Amino acid sequence: MSLAASSSIASAAAAPPSIGRRLLLERLTGLGFAMPAFVLLMLTILLPLAVLLVLSLSNYEFGGVDMDWVGLANYQKALADPVIRRSLWNTLLYVAIVVPGGVLGALLIAVLVHRRSRTRSLYEVAYFLPVTSTLIAMATVWQFLLHPTLGPVNGVLKWLGVGSIAFLSEPSTALATLAVIGVWQLLGFNMILFLAGLTAIPRDLYEAADIDGCSGGLDRFLTITWPLLGPTTMFVLVTTMITAFKVFDTVAVMTRGGPVGSTEVLLYNVYLEGFQYFHTGYAAALTFIFLAFILVFSAVQTFALDKKVHY
Amino acid sequence: MATVALSSIAKSFGSTRVLGGVDLDIADGEFLTLVGPSGCGKSTLIRIIAGLEHQDAGGVAIGGAPVDHLRPHERRVAMVFQSYALYPHMTVRANIGLPLTMSRLRLWQRLPLLRLLSAQRRRVMRYIDADVAAVAGQLQLDHLLDRKPAQLSGGQRQRVALGRAMVRSPEVFLMDEPLSNLDAKLRVHMRTELAELHKRLGATFIYVTHDQVEAMTMSDRVAMMDAGSILQLGAPSELYERPASLKVAQFIGSPAINLLPATVGSSGRIELFGRPLALSAPLAQGQAVTLGVRCEALSLLHGDSAGPGRAWFSARLRRKENLGSEYILHFDLAGRDAAGVTMRASPAVAAGVNEAAEVTLGFDEAACHVFDADGARVEPRSPGGATGSVVPLRAWP
Ligand SMILES: Nc1ncnc2c1ncn2[C@@H]1O[C@H](COP(=O)(O)OP(=O)(O)OP(=O)(O)O)[C@@H](O)[C@H]1O
Ligand SMILES: [Mg+2]
Repeated sequence: MSLAASSSIASAAAAPPSIGRRLLLERLTGLGFAMPAFVLLMLTILLPLAVLLVLSLSNYEFGGVDMDWVGLANYQKALADPVIRRSLWNTLLYVAIVVPGGVLGALLIAVLVHRRSRTRSLYEVAYFLPVTSTLIAMATVWQFLLHPTLGPVNGVLKWLGVGSIAFLSEPSTALATLAVIGVWQLLGFNMILFLAGLTAIPRDLYEAADIDGCSGGLDRFLTITWPLLGPTTMFVLVTTMITAFKVFDTVAVMTRGGPVGSTEVLLYNVYLEGFQYFHTGYAAALTFIFLAFILVFSAVQTFALDKKVHY
Repeated sequence: MATVALSSIAKSFGSTRVLGGVDLDIADGEFLTLVGPSGCGKSTLIRIIAGLEHQDAGGVAIGGAPVDHLRPHERRVAMVFQSYALYPHMTVRANIGLPLTMSRLRLWQRLPLLRLLSAQRRRVMRYIDADVAAVAGQLQLDHLLDRKPAQLSGGQRQRVALGRAMVRSPEVFLMDEPLSNLDAKLRVHMRTELAELHKRLGATFIYVTHDQVEAMTMSDRVAMMDAGSILQLGAPSELYERPASLKVAQFIGSPAINLLPATVGSSGRIELFGRPLALSAPLAQGQAVTLGVRCEALSLLHGDSAGPGRAWFSARLRRKENLGSEYILHFDLAGRDAAGVTMRASPAVAAGVNEAAEVTLGFDEAACHVFDADGARVEPRSPGGATGSVVPLRAWP
């Protein structure tokens, strides 16, 4: 006992240097723990971004041996380029169709499917199939379905007396058609997210609402379901927006940006500039513009909606 | 105000029979408690009254009129849930006011955006706010009206749930274990508040609990349920003093009633540990019976105090429990094939008993309950000819 007492006195006497050492040690330990994550972050995200930034300030061409600094010329060119402007506009239009369709449609399906008890899993699988199948394969099916002469969709339209529509080769309908395919692709995933959100709403809230006279479907939805799905909705909205903004594969496979540029979207232009024309520097600048949009989208949504959805 | 009448309510979930023909008549303004072990069907029964669940057979009438075809809110009942079921995204004011906005505003006046067009809405909302404030005042929630449920303590949430039930001035209050999420001290406090609220409102209260103390302290009548049927219905003192079956006797009372194995001897005399008592039961000789003795009916016997009409047996002290004003003494029955017994004792008496010392315990034979092998109450005959009368009891609890 006296030993313990004396040792504690000794350590108290030696306190100033040892506390400093301990703090340093603690910091080093903390850094050590943070290091692997930090290194990974550096290697996989920050470093590529830095390379991208450097490239976007140069006139580097893929395979070239030298390059010159051009400053912000790539950006100036991009913002003035009518092709890029059109593709930006097309992208935003695509997002404007896919986001409400993909979010509200999925919400509607989720609410309807949630009530089914026996057939629920059947619907879940059916709607989730597009998510699991590769789009390239599905694109073939869509191409066939929408074919002006062979496709069953046009067959039905003709039978109805509407006349045939060349969905993918008509400039006025091509982008909207791709957007519908985009919605179809997203519905299943968003529905699963909404279903998870719906399952998390306690059942006794609906029972309490029943007793309080809030028993109509619309009342229940507006009073309980919709507000309590707030966090889910925000998440679905942000991910859908980013996914829609990244549209590329349907364009590349089904229309190649045509007809007459009506389905050229931002990422498709990046691909053309970077991998077809080998304007790597210019493509890097376009990529930065693309990333800036995505950043703004998610930031605005997170800050604007965050306040409203938490309780 | 309203009476509630249940006639042969039956309910099964799949192949499990949860309620088997429950009949219950509840008077206007009565505080009736449904009590029973977990899983006996109390919640199911109260949910059937509320209209949240549909019975397979039988009918519910409120205020004399059948309500089986009515939706929950049309039955003019209010319900307080065990989880309180407060709307987490609404303020206390909106939570309490919701039943009123639902009944006083038209659908389009509740819709977002569209409701801004209604001038009448603002006037109605002012009335609703006034009503909410009045209820909040009664429950001391005035200063909490702008908070969300997550920012309240358990007791405050409980009062908000009560407020939401009160605001429509319903004729029947249904409460499913409303106090079970509160700590012990708050529970005792809310017990008093609920009883006072009942007196003030004069409404019919149907209260579900598995806590027999709540049942005993608040109710006008208690319905003890087990396995989907009502075992006994009566005033709390009736259930305590004349339990109709072994199950009721075991469930009601704390500490639990002492059970002593006995047999029926020659000419119906009941024998306890081989000694014939003055009691006789109309049962065949050799049948096993169970004697139920409340722990306050037991006393220590010294020397000659065992007399006619008093049964006795020897026991050994296992443990003393100090409750402050009194002790609970736990005894083992020396060398007998029976569970121990508990006894209430004043501190003075308890001080006189030593651990592991063998003592003689006795009880007034007239104060014990006799149950046959099936657990049904048997009225014993005392030698004097009178049936076993009830000894005066201590104040409960
Ligand atoms: N929706 C349901 N589906 C199937 N069985 C159910 C359902 N609800 C209740 N039960 C069963 O019915 C029986 C009675 O349930 P109930 O909730 O009425 O019990 P309780 O008396 O309220 O019990 P506790 O005191 O634990 O709340 C239980 O055995 C339970 O498993
Ligand atoms: Mg229950």
